[in-house]
Amino acid sequence: MKTSRSTTILINGTVIFLIAIWTIPTIGLFVTSFRDKGSMATSGWWTVFTGNTGTLSLDNYTTVIFGGDGLATAFLNTLAVTIPSVAIPILIAAFAAYAFAWMDFPGKRLFFITVVALLVVPLQISLIPVLKAYLAIDLNGTFLAVWLAHAGFGLALATYLLYNYMSQLPKEVMESAAIDGASHFTTFTRLVLPLSTPALASFAIFQFLWTWNDLLTAQTFLGTDPNVAVLTSRLIGLIGSRGTEWHLLTAGAFVSMILPVVIFLSLQRYFVRGLLAGSVKG
Amino acid sequence: MTGTTIAAAEEPRGLLAVLATGVVRLVVSLVVPVVAFIVLYAGFTFLRDTDAPKIVIVLVAIVWGIGGVAMIYWVANWTVERMPMAWKGRVLPFVFVGPAMAILAFYLLIPTVITTINSFKDASSVEWVGLDNFIFAFTNSDMIIAIRNNIIWLVVGTTLSTGFGLAIAILADRSKLDRLAKTLIFLPMAISFVGAGIIWRFVFSYQPEGQPQIGLLNGVLGGFGIGPVSWLTGEPLNTILLILILVWGQTGYAMVILGAALKGVSDDLLEAGRIDGATEWQVFRRIIIPSIWPTVVTVATTIAILTLKIFDVVYAMTGGAFKTDVIATLQFKQMFGAFDYGRGSALAIILLLAVTPVIWYNLRQFRSRTI
Repeated sequence: MKTSRSTTILINGTVIFLIAIWTIPTIGLFVTSFRDKGSMATSGWWTVFTGNTGTLSLDNYTTVIFGGDGLATAFLNTLAVTIPSVAIPILIAAFAAYAFAWMDFPGKRLFFITVVALLVVPLQISLIPVLKAYLAIDLNGTFLAVWLAHAGFGLALATYLLYNYMSQLPKEVMESAAIDGASHFTTFTRLVLPLSTPALASFAIFQFLWTWNDLLTAQTFLGTDPNVAVLTSRLIGLIGSRGTEWHLLTAGAFVSMILPVVIFLSLQRYFVRGLLAGSVKG
Repeated sequence: MTGTTIAAAEEPRGLLAVLATGVVRLVVSLVVPVVAFIVLYAGFTFLRDTDAPKIVIVLVAIVWGIGGVAMIYWVANWTVERMPMAWKGRVLPFVFVGPAMAILAFYLLIPTVITTINSFKDASSVEWVGLDNFIFAFTNSDMIIAIRNNIIWLVVGTTLSTGFGLAIAILADRSKLDRLAKTLIFLPMAISFVGAGIIWRFVFSYQPEGQPQIGLLNGVLGGFGIGPVSWLTGEPLNTILLILILVWGQTGYAMVILGAALKGVSDDLLEAGRIDGATEWQVFRRIIIPSIWPTVVTVATTIAILTLKIFDVVYAMTGGAFKTDVIATLQFKQMFGAFDYGRGSALAIILLLAVTPVIWYNLRQFRSRTI
C-alpha cells in the first residue's frame, strides 16, 4: 500500500504519543522509587529532570526489602504460593483433559458439561463457603489452602483449554501406542504431556500471572500475617497504614512487578499463543 | 499383569496357596498407598510446625506440594494396575478425572449451591428471609450507585479498551515502531492491579492549591497555569479515571488479538476493494470490520466479563470511597466487613447472573471464531 510522507509522519507521531501515554506513569513511579522521602512529598518526580534531584539512592529498596516491612519474606511467600498454584492445577487438569479426550467412561458427557458450566462461576461465590470449610478443618492460613483454592479457581479453564488441545492430537499416535502395549498412564506421561508442551506452557504463564498478581484469594485464605502474606496483600497493607510513606510503596511496587514482567517479556510468544487459544479467565 | 498371575494359571494349587498369594498381593497393594499417605502427612506436619529458615520452608513446600500431587496419581495408577483386568478399565478413567472433579465440586459446585441457599437467609445464615437480600440489593442507595458504576465500567471500559486496541493494532502495523509499541502497550498485562493502582496514584495525586503537586495530571495542569483538581473525590469522574487504569491494562490484550485477526483479512479482498476505488475509510468500514467482527465481539465480551467482576482496581485505589463502589467491592464489604453472609451471598449471585450470559456468548463466539 502506498502512503505519502505526511501520512507516515502522522502515523509515527501518533504511535509515539500512545507509547508515551502508556509508559510515562510507570517511568514516573520508577523515578520516584529512587527519591528520598522529603523531596518526594514536596515536588513532582518530573522535576528530577530539571535539576531538582534531591538524594537519589537505593535506600527505599533496601528499607522495604530488608527493613521492618520485610518484603523479602513476602517475595518468598509469593513464590511458595505461586509455583505450586501453577503446577498443581495444570497437572490435575492435564489428567482430566486426557481422560475426556481419549478414554471412555460412564458419565463422561455430564462431567465435561459440568466443567464448561463452572467456567462462569466468579470466585466471589466460593469465598465464604470455602473459608468456612477451611476453618472447620483448621486449614486456613496455610500454603496448601491457597494452592488448592487457586487450583480450584483455575481448573475449569485449564481442563477446557487442555482438552481442546489434546483432543486434536493425531488419533494414529494414540492407537499405535496402545498397540505397542502402552498403558494409559504411560501414554499420558511419555507421549501426550510432551506433545502438549505448547498448551501447557501457555496456560502456565497465565496461571502464573493470575496467582502472582492475585489479591482476593491470598487475602482470604492466607491472611495478612507477615509470616505468610504475599506481596499484593503486603502492598495493600502499606497503602492503608502508611499513607505518608509513599516512598516505600514505590519501591515495593517494583519489587512485586519485577518477576512477572521478566517472565512476560521472555515468554511473550507463548503468552500470545495462549491468548489466541482463549486463555482468559471467566 | 504380574508373573504371579501367570504362574497361578499354569499350575493348579491348593486353596490355601491361592489365598496366600491373594493376601500378599492385597497387602502389597495397600502398603504402597499407606506409605505414600504417611510421607505426605509428614510433609504437612513439618510445614505446619517448623521453625526452619524461610527459604527452606518455601523449597520444601514447593517440592511437597507438586511432588505430592504427582505421587497421588502415580500411586493411584499403581494400585489400579494391580487390579483384575475387568476392574482396571472401569476404574482407571476415574483416577484420571476424579481429582479434577472432586476439586471442582469442592471449590465451585458446592459453594455455588451453598451461596444460593445463603442468599435467601439472614446475615448469619440461620433464618429464611425470602427475597429480602435481593430487594436490598436493588433498593439500597449504595447498591444502586454500585450497579450504576458497574454499568459505566461495562460500557466505557469495554469500548475504550477494544477501540484503542483496534486503533493501535492498525496504526502500529504501518509504523516502524511496530514491535516496540506493541511490547510497551502489552506490558501492563503483566502488572497486578495493586501495582497498577500504585503507579496511577502518582498520576492522580492531589494537593490543595498553592502546595507543590506531586501528581502528574495536576503537574501538567499547573504548567498551563490551571489550578489543581481533586481527581478521585468527585463522582462520576473518579469512576471514569479508575476505568482508565483498566483500559491501560487491557488495551494490550485487545491489540494482540485484533492484530492477529487483522493479519487474517484476505489481501485479495483488500486489493479488490482498492482497485474498485474505495477510500481507505471505506475499506476499513466495509471490508476490514466485517471480516474481523467475530473477533471484536470475543475481545469485547472478554473485557466486559472483567469489568462486571472488577474488584482490585477499586479496592486498591479508593476502597470504594467517594461513590466509586462496584458490586464486587460491596460484596466484599458485606462478607468481610459487615459479616452479612445473606447480603454478601445475594451480591455474589447477582455477579454470577450478570456474567453468565456474557460468558456463554463469549464461549460460543470463540468456538465459531477463525483467526
